[in-house]
Amino acid sequence: MDRTGPTSDATLAPAQSHVTGRSATALRTSRLRGLRRANWAGWLLVAPALIVYVVFVLQPLVLTVQYSLYRWDGIGASQWVGLRNYVTVLTDPDLLQIISNAFQLILFFCVISVGLGLVVASLIRRIVTGPVGTAARTILFLPQVIPLVAAGIAWSWVLALPGVVNQLLTAIGLGGITRAWLGDFGTALPSVGLIGVWVLLGLCTVLLLTGMGKIDPALYESARIDGSGPIQEFWAITVPSLRNEIAVCITITAIAALASFDIVYISTGGGPGLATMVPGLEIYQLAFVGQQVGLASALAVVLVILVLLVVLPIQRMTGGEPL
Amino acid sequence: MIMQRREVMTARVVLILLMLVTLLPFASLFTTALHPSGSTPLGIDWPSNPQWGNFVTAFNVANMPALLVSSTLIVVGVVPVSVVIATMAGFAIGHLRIPGSRALFVLFLLGLTLPLEGIITPLYYLVDSYGLLNTRLAIVLPLIGLYMPFSVYWMRAHFVNMPSELSEAARVDGAGVVDLFWHIHVPLARPAIASLTILLSVWTWNQFLLALVLVQDPTQRTMAGALGAFQGHYATDIPLLSAGALLILTPSLVVFLIFQRQFVAALLQGSLKG
Repeated sequence: MDRTGPTSDATLAPAQSHVTGRSATALRTSRLRGLRRANWAGWLLVAPALIVYVVFVLQPLVLTVQYSLYRWDGIGASQWVGLRNYVTVLTDPDLLQIISNAFQLILFFCVISVGLGLVVASLIRRIVTGPVGTAARTILFLPQVIPLVAAGIAWSWVLALPGVVNQLLTAIGLGGITRAWLGDFGTALPSVGLIGVWVLLGLCTVLLLTGMGKIDPALYESARIDGSGPIQEFWAITVPSLRNEIAVCITITAIAALASFDIVYISTGGGPGLATMVPGLEIYQLAFVGQQVGLASALAVVLVILVLLVVLPIQRMTGGEPL
Repeated sequence: MIMQRREVMTARVVLILLMLVTLLPFASLFTTALHPSGSTPLGIDWPSNPQWGNFVTAFNVANMPALLVSSTLIVVGVVPVSVVIATMAGFAIGHLRIPGSRALFVLFLLGLTLPLEGIITPLYYLVDSYGLLNTRLAIVLPLIGLYMPFSVYWMRAHFVNMPSELSEAARVDGAGVVDLFWHIHVPLARPAIASLTILLSVWTWNQFLLALVLVQDPTQRTMAGALGAFQGHYATDIPLLSAGALLILTPSLVVFLIFQRQFVAALLQGSLKG
């Protein structure tokens, strides 16, 4: 989006200066024809990508909106209900709680991952060089490479009644607060949130570390000479210099929270009750178990809009490429 | 100096803690997998009599060879096609700047933040109407479409920075668009193409929701989908489940450890651009 406007004249100009008279005109027309042919060939180059995108993404997106205006059990006849499904999504207490769960997950996935990532990255930035740095990066990236399903299985076991968390708590004398963390109404959603932190913290930390590598070390030195401590340094130099990286982390983690599915499906199935139910899983349940395709689609449209509402302002803030 | 040393110590402690927490779930899976099948051990507890046979049992009941073949077929079906058509589109939009390329770019960007859950319901009915339900193509074709926004965005970002003089020189030498693309720009785009290939392979291997909704048979699914089915069947046999989960993780881990530098670089660039 950086360079727009007509390109043909601009690209022709430098070559033209070398030739004169009739040959220039001839060259010009032949190259124009070449460019025009290039344009058509260009459309042929875009066509395959465009076709699969239209058929398997844009078409279903339009269909989601269409389904959302009907009551349909997925098999029989459908019945036009206008915006009634949307009214249900925005007034039904269960569905509102599900949407609110997604926003609470943002608090964990986003605020904790990015906040803790910043602190950790600025603490370890001096020692992650050479082989230690490579090893650290590799280990911290493990959660990004394995299927989230596997993370869900592993963490359900870590947080289970006989799991490691309770084992550690008992060992340090906190046996009284042990419980099935994912089965308890009060702790289930925060526990799912912490699984998300485990998945995303490494990525955020390494992203922020990379950004810190680009900060001019002279800035820190002059701050030291002025007598500022690590905490002032953090707020005065590190955070402002990392605006773009922070925005990227917030975007990734916010989308991961709002559109979470795999971890919740595997670790809690949305329970206990609706304590950890999220929009993604509810769409799946409504459409494929509850046979309420219309309502599922309305929730899907709301989810798509929520993601945009959360992500677009972050993009705007950094002044990056407009979406 | 003392200040400095204390900072270094703190840094080391933080880094080690962070790595321990990252590895903890894997360690717990591993020790649990060695306990007798059907028992309920503690979270981390080295068994007196390690049951290495659990891995063999899990290998057989999960039908690992079939799962590996299935996941590989899906990756092979998705990734090369996606990379090729996205490179073509990125070249046309970013470098040739065909008429309407701005509009095309915005159209692809629309899909960049689209969560899969937003379109999964109609995808099911579409794939059903194409007669593809319960085949690997049910996962392959939608995934190619779903990858287009990111992939085209990624390749366009590369081609936009290629100087147009390069193409003009080639044109003067009489190169057509196909030559220009294939012999000049594709070789130069190799690093961008390699990173995209890694990213798409990981995402495909780990794709869960599409497999869950569109394919019933685990041996026609991706690894993540198969693991979901395995968990459904063996949720109560924790040692066997742990062994199976570890086995299903192993291919990802091995490939990651071999290509770790490329993976980390690709994932970092991928998140910075995406």
